[in-house]
Amino acid sequence: MSLLRIENLHMAIHGFPVLKGVSLAVGVGEVLGVIGESGSGKSMTAFSVMQLLPEGAVCTGRILLDGRDVLDEDEAALCRMRGRDVGMVFQEPMTALNPLKNIGAQVAETVQIHARVGKAEAWARAREALARAELPEERFPMSRFPHELSGGQRQRVVIAMAIALRPKLLIADEPTTALDVTTQAQILALLARLAREDGMGLLLITHDLAVVAGMADRIAIMKNGEVVEEGPVSLLQAGLQHPYSQALLAASTHQPERDGGEDGDVILKAEGVIRDYSGKRHLWGRAAPFRAVDQVSFTIRRGESLGLVGESGCGKSTLTRALLGLEPIQGGAITFRGQPVHPAMGNEMRAGMQVVFQDPYGSFNPRWRVEKLVSEPFHLMPEQPQNARDRVAEALEAVGLTSADMEKYIHEFSGGQRQRIAIARALITRPDLIVLDEAVSALDVSVRAQVLDLLADLSDRLGLTYLFISHDLNVVRAITDRVMVMQRGRIVEEGPTDQVFTHPSHDYTRQLLTAAPKLPEGAAA
Amino acid sequence: MLRYVTKRFLSLCVALVVASAVIFTLVEVVPGDPASFMLGINAQEDTLAALREELGLNGSLLSRYLDWVGGMVRGDFGTSYTYRTDVAGMIADRMQVSLPLALYALALSTLIAFPAGIWAAARRGRVGDVAVMGATQLGLAVPNFWFAMLMVLVFAIKLRWFPAGGFAGWEKGLWPGLKSLTLPAIALALPQAAILTRVMRSALIDALGEDYIRTARAKGLTRGQALRRHALRNALIPVLTIIGMQFSFLLAGAIIIENVFFLPGLGRLVFQSISARDLIVVESVVMLLVFAVIVVNFAVDLAYALVDPRLRTRE
Amino acid sequence: MKGRVSLWLGLGLTLVFALAAAVSFLWVPQDVTQLAIANKMKPPSLAHLLGTDHLGRDILSMIMVGARTSIAVALVAVGIGMGLGVPLGLTAAAHRGGWLDEIIMRGNDLVFAFPSLIIAILITAVFGPSALNAIIAIGIFNIPVFARVTRGAALSLWTRDWIMAARVAGKGKARISVEHILPNVLNLLIVQGTIQFSLGILAEAGLSYVGLGAQPPTPSWGRMLAESQTMISLAPHMAIFPGLAILLTVLGLNLMGDGLRDWLDPRLRRAR
Repeated sequence: MSLLRIENLHMAIHGFPVLKGVSLAVGVGEVLGVIGESGSGKSMTAFSVMQLLPEGAVCTGRILLDGRDVLDEDEAALCRMRGRDVGMVFQEPMTALNPLKNIGAQVAETVQIHARVGKAEAWARAREALARAELPEERFPMSRFPHELSGGQRQRVVIAMAIALRPKLLIADEPTTALDVTTQAQILALLARLAREDGMGLLLITHDLAVVAGMADRIAIMKNGEVVEEGPVSLLQAGLQHPYSQALLAASTHQPERDGGEDGDVILKAEGVIRDYSGKRHLWGRAAPFRAVDQVSFTIRRGESLGLVGESGCGKSTLTRALLGLEPIQGGAITFRGQPVHPAMGNEMRAGMQVVFQDPYGSFNPRWRVEKLVSEPFHLMPEQPQNARDRVAEALEAVGLTSADMEKYIHEFSGGQRQRIAIARALITRPDLIVLDEAVSALDVSVRAQVLDLLADLSDRLGLTYLFISHDLNVVRAITDRVMVMQRGRIVEEGPTDQVFTHPSHDYTRQLLTAAPKLPEGAAA
Repeated sequence: MLRYVTKRFLSLCVALVVASAVIFTLVEVVPGDPASFMLGINAQEDTLAALREELGLNGSLLSRYLDWVGGMVRGDFGTSYTYRTDVAGMIADRMQVSLPLALYALALSTLIAFPAGIWAAARRGRVGDVAVMGATQLGLAVPNFWFAMLMVLVFAIKLRWFPAGGFAGWEKGLWPGLKSLTLPAIALALPQAAILTRVMRSALIDALGEDYIRTARAKGLTRGQALRRHALRNALIPVLTIIGMQFSFLLAGAIIIENVFFLPGLGRLVFQSISARDLIVVESVVMLLVFAVIVVNFAVDLAYALVDPRLRTRE
Repeated sequence: MKGRVSLWLGLGLTLVFALAAAVSFLWVPQDVTQLAIANKMKPPSLAHLLGTDHLGRDILSMIMVGARTSIAVALVAVGIGMGLGVPLGLTAAAHRGGWLDEIIMRGNDLVFAFPSLIIAILITAVFGPSALNAIIAIGIFNIPVFARVTRGAALSLWTRDWIMAARVAGKGKARISVEHILPNVLNLLIVQGTIQFSLGILAEAGLSYVGLGAQPPTPSWGRMLAESQTMISLAPHMAIFPGLAILLTVLGLNLMGDGLRDWLDPRLRRAR
């Protein structure tokens, strides 16, 4: 008998259908990976099991947990179930914990709510749970507050809370999406170990096929509130049946076709660049400065695509701002087309390099029409070009949109379309260099594949030079000729992309490559 | 923690210095010659000279400022020109009315606002919430002195439950004193309670929307348990700010209400001194009130650190 | 839906009083400078819908003319607050973390530390009571309110990528503040403006009540209440109607502010 069996679950929020007949099953000790893009209903399926849905949500169908239908239970019974029979881990560890309570109290609360035990007993069991989540008390006292822990450590606290009472089922909703690759690998290994040790069923929800490939027994692929395909994880190699599953797998491993960069002249050169953040002022002077970028040197040649990979906080965003001449540097030199880059540099310099940011939702002034948004960099020209409108239209068409889109506001576009508009804005001044700062990281895989194709196509047609900054190794591998690996402000390894990925020379690069979740060999649609 | 406290304390000192300089400038420099301001246009030259001598106006501005500040630090607030008495003593007398009134009103406002705000937040969007929010809209819009007049009409003149004005003093015991402060305290507390209720409600609603509430619910806490154990303490941070602001407002802002009820409080003292052009008293009382505001803000900053562990460890 | 109701109700109430003030320039039921002692303290009747005061003046007419004072004082005070506070807030946000920001914010804190009513009284004491001084006193305390609201909203905008994009497009801080930041904080400023407007009306009423606002013979709601106080048991209508006028105007503005907030907030609008 299955531990969890969802049968024909329909769920609507204020009458708007979100889930349309979902059926899933998780057996005892089994790991089910649920994969889907945004809007597929995968998280809502998880919250339906917990019955922690937004206001106005109505479920029909059956959600059988150990044979009892969750949808028939009253609120008191549900409260008894949550945390005791089913534990849950969330996507965003930074906000999932109460900032005002220490971690011991928050884990012990799970015990105190369900078991009639004294405080000492509850804390003892919290200590044990934290230790099992690899936060031993010797190194992480239970009096620590969440803000004293890193994202990965906070996620371990959330996991400790979820498994403190050894529930039968653990639901993990994108538990590693907000984390760096090396941390992701550790958290996934921890979840797998706990599920194995306790014989827990694990419902692992993710957008990343590679994440489930490594640890799920079975997979379910969701789209628009429906499960389109379900089966053993070996389907990834044996061949997925549903066209959407196949497309999703293809997009995950997508390699855009590129001509490859020819060696032009050097257009950007960084020599021994240092970027310090002055320490916080306090009563008796200043704290020691923090060196975010430390002696970074590299060159980019015209027409090539250079990748910069590193985990969050490694200094890659700081380096980007310095390269764009937005912030001063404290040592070394940056030259662009032979002239120095600095915050007071002339507009013709700025016109030569443009940028595309990560967040398609925060990259545009919501009050401007697309025409004004795309033409904003014309500010860098000595005078507004005569044919400004034509050039906006041209740029929009180059990124696969139409000139009619000029009259629209940004909220009328999807995430992928917005990123195309951001690229159009970057193209408008006909720059030599485009900096792509995590430009595809926020996109769903299928949209990401399309945008990568677009970027490859543009660089081939227009001879563009890219500096491609990302934490995602697969993406960097797909789109760059050369790659640099950054760790704690330094470039630790640099070389042709294929060589770095197949024969990494630095330990840190090896570590990153090992940690990155991989689809099994032969997993291609 | 020590660093946080030291930093707050230093900014308190700076605020006091700047505030005293501003008050000094406004009262002693802006009117030109304070002596002729106080005596009016028809003053005799020799009386003017005598007053200048008495007020020590013949020194330089800086030495006068330092004398004034130095005197206050020692508890010497100077001598009132009109009342011919020690200003410090007058202020102490008036504080016996103003301080209890402010505390009384603050207690009333908090006692109304906490339950009302929590109740409304827990019933967000339902009839009870709408009713509480409607009531707070009325509370915000009522001019408190008008409300005070209506209460006098009903509870003092018609029903004779409370005195219509004046202060019974504390000598006859607690009750007569409290009784004469009750209507003024209600009038003062009403708009404050409305504000505090709204702040409490919206802070709680914000806290209830946070991810850690969902985490708590996933542990098996009921809605009410999640509110009491997790949301309430987080909501307290903005609420504390408002309570701090309200205390200083109640201490200083009672002037109009003191007028309605003929209460011999600080606010009324300022008002009377202004009519009498007694700048010495005005200057000292205003400084004292500003001092109170700044000290209360400091206390609120310390209270934050008690509630929020992030402040305790932060640089 | 609830937002719509308060918006329309608030707008309606506000318009009634704005209209009353406007009409009073052309016509009032009875000239407010004409005294008729024989007709004093009459309760409401057909001849005098809201009764007469202790000098026999028509209370409805007094309220209509008094609305002019209230609205003018509060409006100009909001103008002062916005005119100075918004640029200060934008400047502070543009130089966030710098010394300019520090000075502006400390200055703000300092003004907040002064009990507003006491300083208003101090100003009128030094410069003499008048409507103008009431405006200045109320206006000064609006400056830090607007500066703070503007800065707070602007700070979160400055972290957006689109501001970074504008900087990559070579635009300076001042230009970004005007082109990108100001239009996006305008909604918030309109909402805060209505709230400060209503607080201004309350403050003006308080100041006139203690005799520090508009001086006779200019009618004002606060002074009408002050004059009614000694006669409250004989002629309660003298106290009730001007008070209701203040109450309803302030209520209208507050409801309008709430409604505007809901209506202008794009997050709420999308959810609808």
